[in-house]
Amino acid sequence: MALERPVAEHRDAAAVRSSTGRYRATDLRDSWRRFASSPVAVVGLVLTAVFVLVAAFASLIAPTDPFSFAGSPFEPPSGRHWLGTDDLGRDVFAGVVHGARTSLFVGVAVAGASLVIGTLVGGVSGFAGGKIDDLLMRLTELSQVLPRFFLALTVVALFGPGLTNMVLVLALTSWELTARVARSGVLAVKELGYVTAAEALGSSPWRNLRAHVLPNTIAPVVALASLQVGGAILIEASLSFLGLGDPNVISWGYLLNNAQSFVRRAWWMSVFPGLAIAVAVLGVNLLGDALNDFWNPRSRSSRAVG
Amino acid sequence: MVRYTVRRLLQAVPLVLGASVVTWILIHAAPGDPIVALAGEDGDAGYYAMMRERFGLDRPLHEQLFVYLGRLAQGDLGFSYRQNRSAAGVILDQLPATLLLMVPALAIATAVGISVGTVAAARRNSALDNTARTATLLGHAVPVFWLSQVLLLVFALRFDWFPVQGRNDARAGYEGLRAVLDTAHHMVLPIAALVTVYVPPIMRVTRAAVIENLDELYIRAARARGQSRRRVLVRHALPNAMLPIVTVIGSQIGYMFAGSVLVETVFAWPGLGRLLLSAILARDFAIITAMLLMLSVTIILMNLVTDLLYSLLDPRVRHGT
Repeated sequence: MALERPVAEHRDAAAVRSSTGRYRATDLRDSWRRFASSPVAVVGLVLTAVFVLVAAFASLIAPTDPFSFAGSPFEPPSGRHWLGTDDLGRDVFAGVVHGARTSLFVGVAVAGASLVIGTLVGGVSGFAGGKIDDLLMRLTELSQVLPRFFLALTVVALFGPGLTNMVLVLALTSWELTARVARSGVLAVKELGYVTAAEALGSSPWRNLRAHVLPNTIAPVVALASLQVGGAILIEASLSFLGLGDPNVISWGYLLNNAQSFVRRAWWMSVFPGLAIAVAVLGVNLLGDALNDFWNPRSRSSRAVG
Repeated sequence: MVRYTVRRLLQAVPLVLGASVVTWILIHAAPGDPIVALAGEDGDAGYYAMMRERFGLDRPLHEQLFVYLGRLAQGDLGFSYRQNRSAAGVILDQLPATLLLMVPALAIATAVGISVGTVAAARRNSALDNTARTATLLGHAVPVFWLSQVLLLVFALRFDWFPVQGRNDARAGYEGLRAVLDTAHHMVLPIAALVTVYVPPIMRVTRAAVIENLDELYIRAARARGQSRRRVLVRHALPNAMLPIVTVIGSQIGYMFAGSVLVETVFAWPGLGRLLLSAILARDFAIITAMLLMLSVTIILMNLVTDLLYSLLDPRVRHGT
């Protein structure tokens, strides 16, 4: 029974896929069935899909420009303005829908960068060993003790608000776990017969790493990187809430920053953007959890926060 | 134990140095000339040169770095020209107000997280366990500043049970016990918001660690000796699960400070959050970078304390590595 294979066997199956890194169709179907049998995975997948679709089709769902004056100020939710209007008469629904783009971009960019940096550092560290390994691991430790939120805040305050700065600094502080897992994966695969065989056949170390080692260690690292999405969305929202977001880009944090001044007057300005953040982050977190239960059964509690 | 402590302290030194260098590089890579910022745009070249010399900005960069590190070693974290005081002094003035919220919130969150997490682990898949896990997931997803706004909307504005913002009611002019109670009344909503975000990591790790220990042989042995389920849980499984719990509390200190800063902003609480916000608005970078460095060092120290606690709680750690 595929569903009840012991945990240890899952890992081995994951580690020793074909050395080309491609998965056979039966493997995929089997994996999908196991994945879809968990309600957490399904809820996460559905919420994430809604989040991604809203971001992709924002202009179709809410044709109003979120920065344009669409009505009179402080209109409560109604048929015309589903989520009301803000202090300048801008449509809150349009803001919430278009804000999904910013959050999705930041979340995916940070997770992607954390994956790339972590794989590179961890891969090289585990593969090279010795002094290089020591040095890279010290660097990893350093990136772990820097407080992400405050570092991001300092950079954005010093270098000026902008999504690029924010993504860069979040990426540079979020690769610790991916590097550690990539390193241990590389160390485990390095000992397997086919790597030694490739080496004996004259394959260069770089080619060896790229063609043989990485494809067989990457899945758990991807799963771990996916856990960075939710945290990055929350930090972006927090910084924008403090007024450090990009003023030319609509985002959920920006909407909440604006709402703070009018909390007594317009509850709808606070409630809806915040709900959007909570639902989006819940979705990507659940999906990330499911991916990690699948690929990293031993590190359930390693969620990256803050 | 002493040797172990000394060794761990020595290992922390390069980390502190690394964090200081990162902070310094950040300040110096930032666009904008500090002299122009200080002396204004229309000074003549001679005046700028004099100012540069006075602050040592004419020296090569590596010398400036050494000067900075030397001052750091003496506890000088920079000078806030806006407030005309040392940045560290300004921060330490605001710290107690922040701790007034953080410490009770952390105490409550630890108690709630550990007790609910333990019970959830003992009754896996019960209604309580499922509720606790769902709440944990929600707690990880909800932005704390938004939760604060909602608490404020509902309990301060709609029902009028709690004051809206601030630390005390300035108009009432309470004294003595009344003033203390007034402050406590103002603390309820911010602490509630903080507890909500502090609990999830603690509860999640407690549950996982207790479950792992409940599967161990010594638990079965204790049960076989006739000890009650409750006693086995509280006397055996929980103490053995303490290490990961201590670690998670120690490692979340940066995250907890971030939460506190955001909550303070919503409730206009006069602590580090408000200081940080005004520093951002005033472009007072000395305060921002000093705060960053103080926090990095706090995190390193917390890691150190966690490691030492480990060796106290589990003697095996000392003899390993």
